[in-house]
Amino acid sequence: MTDTEILLSVRALELGLVSPNDNRIVKSASFDLKPGEVLGLVGESGSGKTMLGRSLFGLQPGVVVPYGGDILFQGRSVLNMKAKDLRQLRGAEIGMVFQEPMTSLNPSMTIGRQLNEPLQEHTDLNAKERRARILEIMERVGIPAPQDRLDDYPHEFSGGMRQRIMLASAMLLKPALLIADEPTTALDALVQRSVLKLMLELTKEEGTALILISHDLPMVAHYCERLLVMRQGEIVESGVTADILATPQHEYTRNLLRSMPERGPVRPFEDTDQPILKTRDLAVEYKSRSGLFGKVDKKKALHGINLTVRRGEVVAVVGASGSGKTTLGKAIAHQIKTSAGEVLFRGQAVKKGSATWMDYRRNCQMIFQDPFGSLDPRFTIRRTLSEALYHEKDLSRSERNERICTAIEEVGLGIAHLDRLPHELSGGQRQRVAIARAIIGRPDFVIADEAVSALDVTVRAQVLELLSNLQHRYGFSCLFISHDLGVVEQLADRVIVMRDGKITEEGARNQIFDTPKSDYTRALLSAIPKLNRTETGVVLSWRFDEPNMTTEAVG
Amino acid sequence: MSLRRTNQILGSSLVAFFLVVALTGLLWTPENPLAIHLQDKLMPPGPGHWLGTDEYGRDVLSRLMAAAGTSVSISTLTVLCSVFFGLILGALSGYCRGWVDRTIMLFTDTLLAFPSMLLALALLSIMGTNISGVIIALGLAYLPTVTRVVRGSVMSLREQDYIEASRLMGHPAGYTLLVHIIPNCLAPVIVIATSMFGSVLLTESALSFLGLGVPPPAPTWGNMLAGARPYMEQAVWLGIFPGLCISMTLLGINLFGDYVRDRFDPRMRGL
Repeated sequence: MTDTEILLSVRALELGLVSPNDNRIVKSASFDLKPGEVLGLVGESGSGKTMLGRSLFGLQPGVVVPYGGDILFQGRSVLNMKAKDLRQLRGAEIGMVFQEPMTSLNPSMTIGRQLNEPLQEHTDLNAKERRARILEIMERVGIPAPQDRLDDYPHEFSGGMRQRIMLASAMLLKPALLIADEPTTALDALVQRSVLKLMLELTKEEGTALILISHDLPMVAHYCERLLVMRQGEIVESGVTADILATPQHEYTRNLLRSMPERGPVRPFEDTDQPILKTRDLAVEYKSRSGLFGKVDKKKALHGINLTVRRGEVVAVVGASGSGKTTLGKAIAHQIKTSAGEVLFRGQAVKKGSATWMDYRRNCQMIFQDPFGSLDPRFTIRRTLSEALYHEKDLSRSERNERICTAIEEVGLGIAHLDRLPHELSGGQRQRVAIARAIIGRPDFVIADEAVSALDVTVRAQVLELLSNLQHRYGFSCLFISHDLGVVEQLADRVIVMRDGKITEEGARNQIFDTPKSDYTRALLSAIPKLNRTETGVVLSWRFDEPNMTTEAVG
Repeated sequence: MSLRRTNQILGSSLVAFFLVVALTGLLWTPENPLAIHLQDKLMPPGPGHWLGTDEYGRDVLSRLMAAAGTSVSISTLTVLCSVFFGLILGALSGYCRGWVDRTIMLFTDTLLAFPSMLLALALLSIMGTNISGVIIALGLAYLPTVTRVVRGSVMSLREQDYIEASRLMGHPAGYTLLVHIIPNCLAPVIVIATSMFGSVLLTESALSFLGLGVPPPAPTWGNMLAGARPYMEQAVWLGIFPGLCISMTLLGINLFGDYVRDRFDPRMRGL
């Protein structure tokens, strides 16, 4: 292979913080990229993948500096480039798509003006040609009637549409390399697949090489020919995707693959089993008033939900964002006002101030998504857990202590953790504490709202296993709210699919995952790859063909 | 040593120095600050009277020390008053929302509509000039600032998951408010309380200068400055020393306030 065939060559790159202690963020990273190649860069948070991606065109933050090695883009060293040349490089030759479509577009500029900027900066086209080029690319990324939308502002587009516009602006100048850092992480699963597909088609048409940075191994693996796996600043494995998946060499990669959720065993539940929780026509309405004398605007977030959770059963609620699944959880926990319907707990209606109210409060616990926000930052873990035993007033001091110690050990932490503050624990450890807090009072019913969504893949697998073990041991029923179908497939006995505040489909897990009835469920499922384990690794496949939904409908 | 560090040390030492002077002034002064010796009037600084004497022959150093005691007590009590009531009002307003919030905000917004100096002047002319009057007037004038800050942090805190978790455990609202919310919104309050201390001191001096603060013959830096005005040409030290006290204390408090702010901002920690 001669040098001319290589677009980008990273050689023994070392990146570190500007500080006396040797704190390397990227350690001796080397890889080559050919024109038009699609490369995946996978790693968990803190693995240095974003810094590596940004340093490729000198966009790393000022405190991060190269300590050695080199980056050659078309034979030119990026590290030694002057600011002026770097500016020419960015945009014109290397494009970038960021994670957050909400903040990567300027909210006070029209889309037309924002797309015009790179063309004005980097080309000699006149206004008319620029407009034609913009319309052409907007059409290409699937924005209907682009000529009518040039004067719209970013907030008038949905998240998926915004990411398409980001992609359009990155591809306007037909760069030789596109770097996409978690381009679809903030998007719904449904939209994710169509945006990724579009990105691949576009880069292929223009012959642009693509580096796809993500934490989501199956997603990246599905689109990339070659894969780099990063861990703590080191590239631990690189090679052809199919080979890495089939026969992973490094222990970390094997661990990553093992951590992928897979279908759990089927547990029998009879229709005659006593339901622990039931909702009857549960509805939630949000009212907003425009001005002092304005009309009251009502928006229905939940339309008459009927659901049943049996004793010991894990019921998953899935749906895209905005489908009302979190609202449902909050309404059942009585954290928000319901506008109609009721919640029955053990056959009795739950009402604030009624005789059964405190009983329900004690027996209905919740695990939240964000492990950083769900613990009081000033409380030690011991105090947090002790507070959760608030109602058990007849416990003696030593009994209380014993309960706390048991609880912390049950979630896989030690007594040494009891006197720490939340900020001294990692995200996974905090989520374990949150679980301990929820189950220390031995509730009969636990609502887990995206309880593992904020965690890294390997940590997520451990926390999921913990949750599942505890559920088996204590037999509490669980309402598991999640957008992550893989996790749901592992944990749930029954699945409820929600859309626009209504239940679209409901059924046993295997039935929903194997033979979904509604198109919406099918579309949700088609967005995530299915894992088939082999002796050494895994093989990926899609469950269903991509649904025939119009771009408008999906995002 | 960085500029930040220098400022920190300068601020802390100034604050410490004036605190010591104020505490001493409350208990002991070299001479009786109120004793009149007309034969010694307008003596320049020198042995016997280190900072000179005023138009009635009173010892300026003793008066400055006594004044420091008065000023610091007034400012401390004022700040404590506004912080205490501000915390209650702000927490209620931010946590309950609805009509409670609207009523409290109407009240504080009305107070905010007047400059704090003007408000204090008006209240003082109603209540008469004495020390408790000054404290109430200034406390009320600075109440809206604390209330607004507390309300803001409570409103963002109440959406946090650990507050929801506390409610889910069935804790009464009062418990959640006292145990989880108020301790977590203290940081910004302590920061504004420090800077408020400085402005209260200044306003109190200004009020005394205008003759509406602590009534004479009790000394404050403000009324000493006011009393020095007719003698500026014969006895310049009468104006310089109280003025220096006010500006040095303010400088110290402002630098110290920056330090406190940095301490409470976790992002600034360790820098």
